[in-house]
Amino acid sequence: MISFGMSEEQEIVRDTLREFAADALRPAGRECDETSAIPDELLQSAWELGLTTTQIPEEYGGGGEERSLVTNSIVLEELAYGDAALALALVGPSQFANAILDHGSDEQKQKYLPLFCGENFHMASLAQLEPGPVGEPMRPRTMAEPKGEGWVVSGAKSFVVMGDRASHFLVFARNQDGVDAFIVARDAEGLTISEPELNMGLKGLATVGLELERVEVAAADRLGGEAGCNVACLINNSRVALGSVLLGLSRAVLDYCVPYSKDRVAFDEPISKKQSIAFRLAEMHIECEAMRNLVWQAASHLEKGLDATAQARFVRTYVNEKALWIADNGIQVLGGHGFIREHPVEMWFRHARTLSVLEGTAGI
Amino acid sequence: MIDFTLTETDQAIVDYNRAAALICRKYARYYDENEEEMAPEVLPEAEAFYAETPLPPKGGAEDTSPPVMMALHAMISHWGDYTIRLKRSGGGLGNAALSAAGTPEQQKKWGNLVLSMAITEPGCGSDPSRVSTSAVLDPETDEWVINGEKIFVTTGIRAEAVVIWATLDKSAGRAGIKSFLVEKGTPGFDVPHKEKKLGIRADDTAAYVFSDCRIPRSNLLGGDESISKKTSGGFRGVMKTFNMTRPMTAAMGLGLAEAALDFTREQLAEAGVEIDYMAGLISQSAAAEKFIRLEAIYDASRLTTLQACWLAGEGKPNNMESSVCKAHAGGAVRAITQGCIEILGAMGISREHLLEKWTRDCRITDIYEGTGEIQRLIIARGLLDYTRADLK
Ligand SMILES: Cc1cc2nc3c(=O)[nH]c(=O)nc-3n(C[C@H](O)[C@H](O)[C@H](O)COP(=O)(O)OP(=O)(O)OC[C@H]3O[C@@H](n4cnc5c(N)ncnc54)[C@H](O)[C@@H]3O)c2cc1C
Repeated sequence: MISFGMSEEQEIVRDTLREFAADALRPAGRECDETSAIPDELLQSAWELGLTTTQIPEEYGGGGEERSLVTNSIVLEELAYGDAALALALVGPSQFANAILDHGSDEQKQKYLPLFCGENFHMASLAQLEPGPVGEPMRPRTMAEPKGEGWVVSGAKSFVVMGDRASHFLVFARNQDGVDAFIVARDAEGLTISEPELNMGLKGLATVGLELERVEVAAADRLGGEAGCNVACLINNSRVALGSVLLGLSRAVLDYCVPYSKDRVAFDEPISKKQSIAFRLAEMHIECEAMRNLVWQAASHLEKGLDATAQARFVRTYVNEKALWIADNGIQVLGGHGFIREHPVEMWFRHARTLSVLEGTAGI
Repeated sequence: MIDFTLTETDQAIVDYNRAAALICRKYARYYDENEEEMAPEVLPEAEAFYAETPLPPKGGAEDTSPPVMMALHAMISHWGDYTIRLKRSGGGLGNAALSAAGTPEQQKKWGNLVLSMAITEPGCGSDPSRVSTSAVLDPETDEWVINGEKIFVTTGIRAEAVVIWATLDKSAGRAGIKSFLVEKGTPGFDVPHKEKKLGIRADDTAAYVFSDCRIPRSNLLGGDESISKKTSGGFRGVMKTFNMTRPMTAAMGLGLAEAALDFTREQLAEAGVEIDYMAGLISQSAAAEKFIRLEAIYDASRLTTLQACWLAGEGKPNNMESSVCKAHAGGAVRAITQGCIEILGAMGISREHLLEKWTRDCRITDIYEGTGEIQRLIIARGLLDYTRADLK
């Protein structure tokens, strides 16, 4: 039955996260960007909200709450409304935990999920993107060769979110049959972790590169075990997650531009009374609504276990384009002031630009 | 719960509508070229269709709500063709205006007629407060005397009566404008011509002239009471009806866009162009990449339209949303049909295929029921908390 109605629970989650984002994330965003660091206390306070742990089944030590991808997409939108870099950081551990939950073997679940059920923030990262131009999600250059019972993985990864803190990496690599994901411990032999990368946006979010030189991975550490896993499904999930983040960011831009334009006077009246500005704001609103519907559709299809490859792709294509347009025009509405780091719009523009090239680095 | 799937019953209704729409599609070219309105009686397949096809089940509380189904129905029937139907659909825009602004007695009296709605004049369209068709009460005969000209009246010829906007006092602006019902055949009411158009050529669009046209005093919608009210019967009532008609016009245009996408997809498949939703820029052809973008625009627009209708079904305000979906669809259908032509090249403009016709037909979506610019005005006012005077 076609319905756009949030459940009561979803409304509560939305309101709670909206408040948290306004109180804790928005005020911290600029400082994190300037210092390229996220304070431990912030990560810890979010950890205590239970973003990751509550949805892990009780048998592994989690809260055992039902996981809804639509709800999680709403969560990401709200967090990103506060700050996109912090949003990705706070749900960082979930990307790994959810990948194990959705695709892991029983053994993998028993081994890895309890890591995320402790009192303290615990990070493990997805390693999907690679250095060099133009990514092809299903054609990574990192290779996995069979060796004995297990595998040998070689290649390079980049933009590994919070890899500086990660205990494990889920490394996407190609084997003779297709693409697989391999769990690699931080101290694995042959793995080199770079210093944090220097990026245009999301600067608070430390990302690292990985060099894998004939890293040996046991058969049991291929995601899904012997059966392997459906990597496309992970990519779809990530597309929807990143779309939710871009949506939250877009709304932040619009909500910043509205009062600013009503206040700013030029040629004897507020600039918001000029159609060129007013229509731009209308356009931002139209696109926020359209983006949310695409995100919800893909999330809902994924949640129902339907093939959502096309819908997730629509999210990636459409939301990237429109969020970039909104972030870019956020600067334009503020004019020269938009270019100055006193206002957040230049930062949101850098965030959007950075988010739009990511793939496979987030999850709901 | 947030959900984007159809129930079995929904699906049966959709399939039934699609089958009917496919029959209409066969006649699309002929009636476009001949610019005649299709009379359903001449559709030979209609009778056979109804004889052979069992009616679909009716939706219940567990199924998609009626306004959303209405939008889906509008999409599907226009996917078949903009104008041609197996069955003639009932009312026109004027019927919506009558239900919004008419007294119960008026609704009872005229509700079964096909009513067109004539606001636009040669001198005013987007700004209906400039309406100059006049209505003057003749106290001796208790009649309104109407003088003026209306253009671009949808269902103008087929309509049995029209709801017009006329002013009692031009200097009063909006407050002076009231709605009146004029029946066809009233002396002084002429239909001088049918408009010649870019698209939706088989659709009946007409011009009206009123010269000393006399109608009973009781033909003022909302009755005498509405004279003293600032905007009753005119603006407010009609504006309220737009909350459902705007999503419907969006849906109609989207049906044409969907037809264009289906045609383009088939042609790409035939040419061996693969569309891979997972692929990045290296392994995807430019044609496929472009096509995916058009599909994404379509889906965004379709969902946004359904959302506006869903809100209506929930009894929630959807003023902003109906403008949002109309504005979005207006741009989307232009981008999609024109983008499909770009992908297919010369085939896209050939009159041997329907793509060029869908492109012409759907161009109206961003114009009537408030242009894209007017929708943006409404949305911007909502965002900025501005009145009409603040932003125009
Ligand atoms: C096929 C067809 C069917 C129609 N059916 C009906 C019908 O049944 N009944 C009826 O009453 N009318 C009908 N119309 C009329 C239609 O609603 C008007 O054409 C439309 O509202 C635009 O008015 P206009 O043509 O006078 O354009 P104008 O008002 O002259 O506008 C010209 C341009 O200026 C822009 N513009 C105007 N004001 C502003 C503003 N404030 N800010 C920014 N831009 C602005 C417009 O967006 C447009 O781009 C129909 C039209 C067509 C073509």
